[in-house]
Amino acid sequence: MTKVQSEERRSAALLLGPAVLLFIGIGVAPLLMTILLSFNGWHATTGIDPSISFRNYADILSDGYFAQIFLRTLWIATATTVICILIGAPEAYVLRRMSQPWRSIFLMVIITPLLISVIARTLGWAMLLNGNGLVSTALQGAGLSSRPVSLMFTQTGVIIALVHVLVPFMVLSVWSALSRMDRSAEGAALSLGASQFTVFRRIVLPQALPGILSGAVIVFTLAASAFATPAIIGGRRLKVVATEAYDEFLHSLNWPLGAAIAVLLLIGIVTVVVGCNRWIERRYATVFQ
Amino acid sequence: MSRNGPLMLAFHTLFMAFLLAPIVLVCLVAFTPEGYLSLPTAGISLRWFKAVLAYPEFVNAFITSLWLAAISSTIAVTTATAAAIAIARYRFPGRDAITALFMSPLVVPHVVLGIAFLRFFSAVGVAGTATGLVLSHVILIFPFALRLGLASATGLERALEHAAQSLGATRARVLQRIVLPLIVPGIASGWMLSMIQSFDEVTMTVFVASPTTTTLPVWMFNYIQFNIDPLICAVSTLLIVFTIVVMIVLEWLYGLERLFAGTGQ
Repeated sequence: MTKVQSEERRSAALLLGPAVLLFIGIGVAPLLMTILLSFNGWHATTGIDPSISFRNYADILSDGYFAQIFLRTLWIATATTVICILIGAPEAYVLRRMSQPWRSIFLMVIITPLLISVIARTLGWAMLLNGNGLVSTALQGAGLSSRPVSLMFTQTGVIIALVHVLVPFMVLSVWSALSRMDRSAEGAALSLGASQFTVFRRIVLPQALPGILSGAVIVFTLAASAFATPAIIGGRRLKVVATEAYDEFLHSLNWPLGAAIAVLLLIGIVTVVVGCNRWIERRYATVFQ
Repeated sequence: MSRNGPLMLAFHTLFMAFLLAPIVLVCLVAFTPEGYLSLPTAGISLRWFKAVLAYPEFVNAFITSLWLAAISSTIAVTTATAAAIAIARYRFPGRDAITALFMSPLVVPHVVLGIAFLRFFSAVGVAGTATGLVLSHVILIFPFALRLGLASATGLERALEHAAQSLGATRARVLQRIVLPLIVPGIASGWMLSMIQSFDEVTMTVFVASPTTTTLPVWMFNYIQFNIDPLICAVSTLLIVFTIVVMIVLEWLYGLERLFAGTGQ
């Protein structure tokens, strides 16, 4: 090793040291302890028992109660992702075709909710979705229902609120894919006699697709692990994986079982993220170069 | 020269209405003069804002959130900036693995982080303390600070440093006079973004906070479980205004488009 190289390594080690220590001490250690905890036993009177077994996992996988919660979470996350694609991707396309200053203004309007507390936004939906809320009044006014309709504590309500919380991620993801694209390609296709629809299908859509896919991964994983929104809109009656883990931990105090649920959620999320990102990178290697 | 057809503009209007409706509703209800949830049709009133400020639990939670956000984002930005400089300029074994480790809090669900921290902190005896709260928030917001640190450190012109060095500046002086001033806007934006992430975090904090260290979002979450009234709308309105102010500063300092979509400027 040359003198410069060893000096560079020393500088790098000094600069990285604090962050690496922090992450190993307070990041990695707690996760490993949680994984270990998920193999422990538990008893209502004596608490955590340090024996090691797969009992918690066997319980979760064999109990229909947990299967229902996992399936419900999967369904809510899938529906949220599909709706976000259906409304978020066209919105990004509309934004791209706008002229300044409107484009920047509306982009800011889309980014703002991302920074506003998820509690404040969910509170708005809790008021809109209850029986006396705006949605109910509108449905009655349109003659679609003769009685007040409450979407509180329903899957539909949770999905609507989650779409609202997460759709900006989809718009931004598609937006950044579209703004990498060469605008003259559209003009060239039009001048060569392609119809608007052909231009959209053959030029815009293929370039937006990587953005749609990476947006879908973000939305799906955040929807599947969402906690505050399902807790407020879904309540105790409509549990998802995150709220169930919370209840096991803080109400039933069965920490090992709660840890096992958390570990399963983590495995699911990491599999989706790593799997999809690998696939997107392989499929669109040229786009990212 | 808007090239959007009427159908697309109609869609756009509906989309914006969907996005803004719940936020606007919360802000409107906060100004109601009535004692229950209602729109301020018979004039606006500030009674609920006064009620909020007279509510000690709110004031305490707000103060906790404020110092928590300030301290944890400062620690995160300091350590992340140093790490970003090392990652951006040096080649060393394990560079990619370390970067992946630093970004991993973005992938791990917050509920899992909350459970992990609660387990860890109760094992080492800092459960429910301010120390535990700060440390958990540092890990959570580290990726945001690192991403902006990396963006500024990679955009740095090495030629400027070489020029300074060739004129006889020491390494420390180059860092102090050339590198730091150039990356300050990125670092300041990273600091604000981390601060707001910490200030708004609820899922992980629900597990880590104790009654004495309740943050504002946790207090709001617990409150909403039992009742939804104009008081909580007033609190949310204050939060929304606070966020918009931070956003305007970020737009001016760094550009929101560049911050969130990696484009613009």
